[in-house]
Amino acid sequence: MPAPKLGEQFGSYSVQEHALRLGMWAFLGSELLLFAGLFALYAAYRTMYGPDFEAAIRHNTLWYGTINTFILLTSSLTVALSVWAVRREKFKLVVFFLFITILQGAAFLVVKTLEYVKHYTDGALPGPYYHWHELPTFGANRFYTMYWVMTGLHAGHVIAGMCVLAWFCWRAHHRHYTAEHHTMLEMGTLYWHLVDVIWIFLWPMLYLS
Amino acid sequence: MTPPAVQPQQHPEVPDYLHADRGIWSWLNTRDHKRIALMFYVGVLFFLGLGGLFALALRTELLTPDRTIMDAMTYNRMFTLHGVTMVWLFLIPSIPTVFGNFILPMQLGAKDLAFPKLNLASFYVYVVGAIVMLGGMIAGGTDTGWTFYAPYSSQTPTRVVPVVIGVFILGISTIFTAINFIVTTHTLRAKGMTWGKLPLFVWAIYGVSIIMLLATPVLGLTLLLIGLDHGLRLGLFNPAVGGDPVLFQHLFWFYSHPAVYIMILPAMGVISEVVPTFSQRRPSSYWAIAISTIGIAFVGFFTWGHHMFVAGISELDAGIFGLLSMFVAIFSAIKVFTWVATLYKGSIHFNTPMLYFFVFLFLFTFGGMTGVAVATQSLDVHWTDTYFVVAHFHFIMVGGSLAAFLAAAHYWFPKMFGRLYSERVGLLSATGVFLGFNLTFVPQFLLGNMGMPRRYYSYPPRFQWLNDLSTGGAYLLAAAILVTVLNLLIALKWGKKAGPNPWRSRSFEWLTDSPPPKHNFEEPPHLGYSPYDYTISEEEARARAQAR
Repeated sequence: MPAPKLGEQFGSYSVQEHALRLGMWAFLGSELLLFAGLFALYAAYRTMYGPDFEAAIRHNTLWYGTINTFILLTSSLTVALSVWAVRREKFKLVVFFLFITILQGAAFLVVKTLEYVKHYTDGALPGPYYHWHELPTFGANRFYTMYWVMTGLHAGHVIAGMCVLAWFCWRAHHRHYTAEHHTMLEMGTLYWHLVDVIWIFLWPMLYLS
Repeated sequence: MTPPAVQPQQHPEVPDYLHADRGIWSWLNTRDHKRIALMFYVGVLFFLGLGGLFALALRTELLTPDRTIMDAMTYNRMFTLHGVTMVWLFLIPSIPTVFGNFILPMQLGAKDLAFPKLNLASFYVYVVGAIVMLGGMIAGGTDTGWTFYAPYSSQTPTRVVPVVIGVFILGISTIFTAINFIVTTHTLRAKGMTWGKLPLFVWAIYGVSIIMLLATPVLGLTLLLIGLDHGLRLGLFNPAVGGDPVLFQHLFWFYSHPAVYIMILPAMGVISEVVPTFSQRRPSSYWAIAISTIGIAFVGFFTWGHHMFVAGISELDAGIFGLLSMFVAIFSAIKVFTWVATLYKGSIHFNTPMLYFFVFLFLFTFGGMTGVAVATQSLDVHWTDTYFVVAHFHFIMVGGSLAAFLAAAHYWFPKMFGRLYSERVGLLSATGVFLGFNLTFVPQFLLGNMGMPRRYYSYPPRFQWLNDLSTGGAYLLAAAILVTVLNLLIALKWGKKAGPNPWRSRSFEWLTDSPPPKHNFEEPPHLGYSPYDYTISEEEARARAQAR
């Protein structure tokens, strides 16, 4: 079983792993700020168009969003279980849990696509393409513009997360990790948790009024 | 300082980092922070030249009240290109990616940054971002100004999208660099180096990395939204469809005000190294400089509203933002007085970097004081969008950041290349930079105060003599910078050998050879003492660093 490479700039594995963890958390903080701008915009427009936003949320596809919340929360469990498994060197389980997580990511995207199709047929599109007769207001237009941008950026992160996990799944399949050295895998799962955490905030903002 | 007797290289048998590997591929695929720093050096100097050419074109156009060499639309594109090139391709990356990259690991006694591959990636991401942006410029450029204010930026027929995508990509490079510096400072300090013994340049780079990490993603997102507004007409900031353009200003300045500190904090870090070395004295207060660095980094996040006094924010908000802005002035003044007090009873040597310190001191203080003035609502309403503002921020960005960049270029030149530049030409060109700069921008203060708006193509004939003075100054400044670069290029080949420590500094990067070997130090040093302790001799400091 190959031990991971120790960078020559590090004195020991523990320093290297500490550095990786710190770097990942710094990166996650940066990612949060990426979404923070959108949250701030959402808050400002909701203050401006309160009733319109509430009406738009009531007309939104609640069940699609809720099912997706369930899927993502479950995927956070399975991705955490993959770390549990790698600590016990049960590599087949690691691959299994990561694979299930990726599948759930795919399921999330399928549901999201169905939802987008419904919005498309309704005419609940962003900006100038918006023509939903049930909610012909400026505010609803703002809401759906924000909705598309926020869920779009999040979906991009889901896809990125799936790619990262697929890479680690392949690495785990080829036994690149040990009970002691699997920090990279843990960092990948942290990223997946971030994707989940952002969705936990998007869900109430976009589906529960 | 009298040129020191050439000290012998300590380890003639170990090749330095420039000669450790050979061939172009060994550069393009290097993990060595010093080589990556040099690649960035070439990049930022190229864009300094390009941005400078744009500036000269602008100033040439303004020689006469009406058309001189270009039409109005070209002029609008030109000042935008000047702004985006100077801000995102030169000023923001300049000191951190070149001198931060090169010096920070050495000051920490580390072999490299924590993530060498990420460091290399940040260079290539920078190149890609620059190419995308250049592509947009060649395809027609944009005329929004570097601020991309909505809703105009979503309606202009010019090429906004490639330029904002370029800036977004450059942001990724910035974030990579910031993560690397933060993690390296936390994990790779030499044995014995506590946070209280961190060199002041490291404090500055650490503080600026935090700003880069937390502010850059907001800018990236905001510019993506501008791209969507322009490309897909989403109207996120367009009042015609219910959007609010002031929200754009909030998001933009949430990044772009801290971005000013991204430019100035590393400059302050350079100055904090230059002053003790050329006064041969410890800083009069280490902690005053270190803490005010972090103070500026923190308060900088809460001052963005002073860019928006005329955008319709409330009196109360304006007052609060104005007050918070004063804190930055207090922290900056703490630094200025600490540097000046360091000179007291020091053994002062007038080498080129030290002259740049005095240039910096005058220009930065002047720019900072006018900054306090424009952060005051009652005064700012009068000066908003006039040349006064242009002159103010050039005093900080050029007078502060560029002067410190040039100070660093001279100060660390012997360390980076192992040779000494011509001190006489260095002093002459620094004087030229100072004179040229003042001749360029002092008239702009006067013009702004007389009511000349920024970004205007033509002006009333009574403003012409001041504009012509400013243009003359711009040419002098450009010539002085050209001489500076030539002086350093000549020294690269024909300069005298420098030896490990030509300035007799106690800072840790001078403990090793010049140019340093690939891994910086022969043995991991033990740095449990102050980098500014001039009460001990160089030999004693060296012995301490090697103590086990």
